[in-house]
Amino acid sequence: MDPVIIALVLFVFAVIIGFDVINKVPPTLHTPLVVASHAMAAIMVVSAIIVAGEGAEASVLSKVLAVVALLLGVINVVGGYLVADRMLAKFKNSRPVKKA
Amino acid sequence: MELHLDPKIQILFYLVTVVCFVFGLKMLTSPRTARRGNLLSGIGMLVAICTALFSFGVVDYTTILIVFVVGSAIGAVLAYAIDLRAIPQMVAILNGFGGAVSALVGVAELNSVMEKGISTLSADMQRTPSLFFGAVGVDTFIGTLTFWGSMIAFAKLQGLISEKAFSLPFKNVINSLLLLGTVVLTALLTLNASDPGNPINLTYLIGILVLATLLGLTLTMAVGGADMPIIIALFISYAGLSAGALGFTNLNYGLIMVGALVGASGLILTATMAKAINRNFWGIILGNITPPTMVVAGADDIYAGRIKSTSAEEFAMILEAANTVCIVPGYGLAVAQAQGTCRDLYNELTADGKQVTFAIHPVAGRMPGHMNVLLAEVDIPYDKLLELDDSNAFLGDCDVAIILGANDVVNPLARTAKDTPIYGMPILDVDKARTVLVIKRSLSPGFSGIPNPLFINDNTLMLFKDAKPALAEMVKAYRER
Repeated sequence: MDPVIIALVLFVFAVIIGFDVINKVPPTLHTPLVVASHAMAAIMVVSAIIVAGEGAEASVLSKVLAVVALLLGVINVVGGYLVADRMLAKFKNSRPVKKA
Repeated sequence: MELHLDPKIQILFYLVTVVCFVFGLKMLTSPRTARRGNLLSGIGMLVAICTALFSFGVVDYTTILIVFVVGSAIGAVLAYAIDLRAIPQMVAILNGFGGAVSALVGVAELNSVMEKGISTLSADMQRTPSLFFGAVGVDTFIGTLTFWGSMIAFAKLQGLISEKAFSLPFKNVINSLLLLGTVVLTALLTLNASDPGNPINLTYLIGILVLATLLGLTLTMAVGGADMPIIIALFISYAGLSAGALGFTNLNYGLIMVGALVGASGLILTATMAKAINRNFWGIILGNITPPTMVVAGADDIYAGRIKSTSAEEFAMILEAANTVCIVPGYGLAVAQAQGTCRDLYNELTADGKQVTFAIHPVAGRMPGHMNVLLAEVDIPYDKLLELDDSNAFLGDCDVAIILGANDVVNPLARTAKDTPIYGMPILDVDKARTVLVIKRSLSPGFSGIPNPLFINDNTLMLFKDAKPALAEMVKAYRER
């Protein structure tokens, strides 16, 4: 099958899954969820890696742009996941958890 | 030695990433599993990054390694140094970075093709160069829009520029023209796919960048500070979509799937938040929010001689007699850094067997769910933090409601006064509680600028003090009783 068609099919299915998964989020988790999903959106680092990692034959301007992009992307990914984790670690239930 | 994964195998690894993200997102919708969900999606990200490292053409690992070390260090320092009250700003600025990544890579890819010809593209893309040019146009447009929009949101949240909604005359016409211009330029770029080296392509791309910048500025400037967090959720959705568009520039199925997933979930999250605070979803997206009309008609007349002010000691006595207590925190509590003292009061009351809950309005704090995070930070259990509907059920049969730094979200005018900006906003029915204790520094109005008739109700008592010393005195008086 034409790879472009496959790409479109995947795109549409992923949209449907995305709509479905987030249904009924309790407001308690809105902030951590926003933070975590913006870390996921930083999947763009993948493309940045591919361009930034090109060898000597690559266009210099492209490579510089991609390196800047990669730096911003890595900050985005690492900062996003860690701060989401930091917030989620604080959510505790009132029922006492026995400590070992 | 160069290690490269077959593109077919790469697709399988990206599929693993997508599965991790889907289940991670799903787990993030319940407080019990959320932390593991975040970890799972982090693992998915790691898989995607490793897969990319083994892509064909990636040889310069030194540069990548240095960038990863520096970027991770900055990201980690940011994540642990930040005051959780500033989360909305952090999200805004990092999301802006996301938009920038997308736009920069788009420009870099186009530049490579212009300099070296379409042979730099994958075999599939060489057959459909117009898709590449179209996708670059869309990607740089959304990425740039996201970047500038997020930066304005950051500046507003951080107080660098006025939080007020600022809109241009004829802004709908201007925005439509900007959008139309981008569509035309993207079309021109796409039609020129057969002539990749033509310098005019660069002109088209710069045109798209300029128009997207202007649109990002006009859209976000038109949104007021209170609605800014929703705009940020929307820009996360845009960042996802731009990742998807970037995926289309080189048919990277991983990027396409994740971009669509995040784009869609971000959109739903935006709609959920908009609904929670009674805002029109499309109004926010199009920057079409009518700035609230200020009706400050005679706050003094309303309050004159009808406010009952008292002391922390009396508050403590009232609490002693109560069995059920509902605490209503607003952002004022966080500004006063009084969450810890609030927890002390909670501990004292629950130790005496009283039933204590927290009523969290969707817009308490600077972004939806923000207050929950701030209270969780001081070890208040999340199952004591009630949502709007549950709070109102609890308040209907509650002995005492304590209002801490909240105002508009407990203003009964939202139910009746059609000419006020808060009309129709769901509120916490604190006036149904038997006694209402309000701790507030002064009678100054909330964000909406209107007076609050709750303060003159027969069952309302006020304590004019900063939240932190007021709560500390209450705790002290309660202990010494």
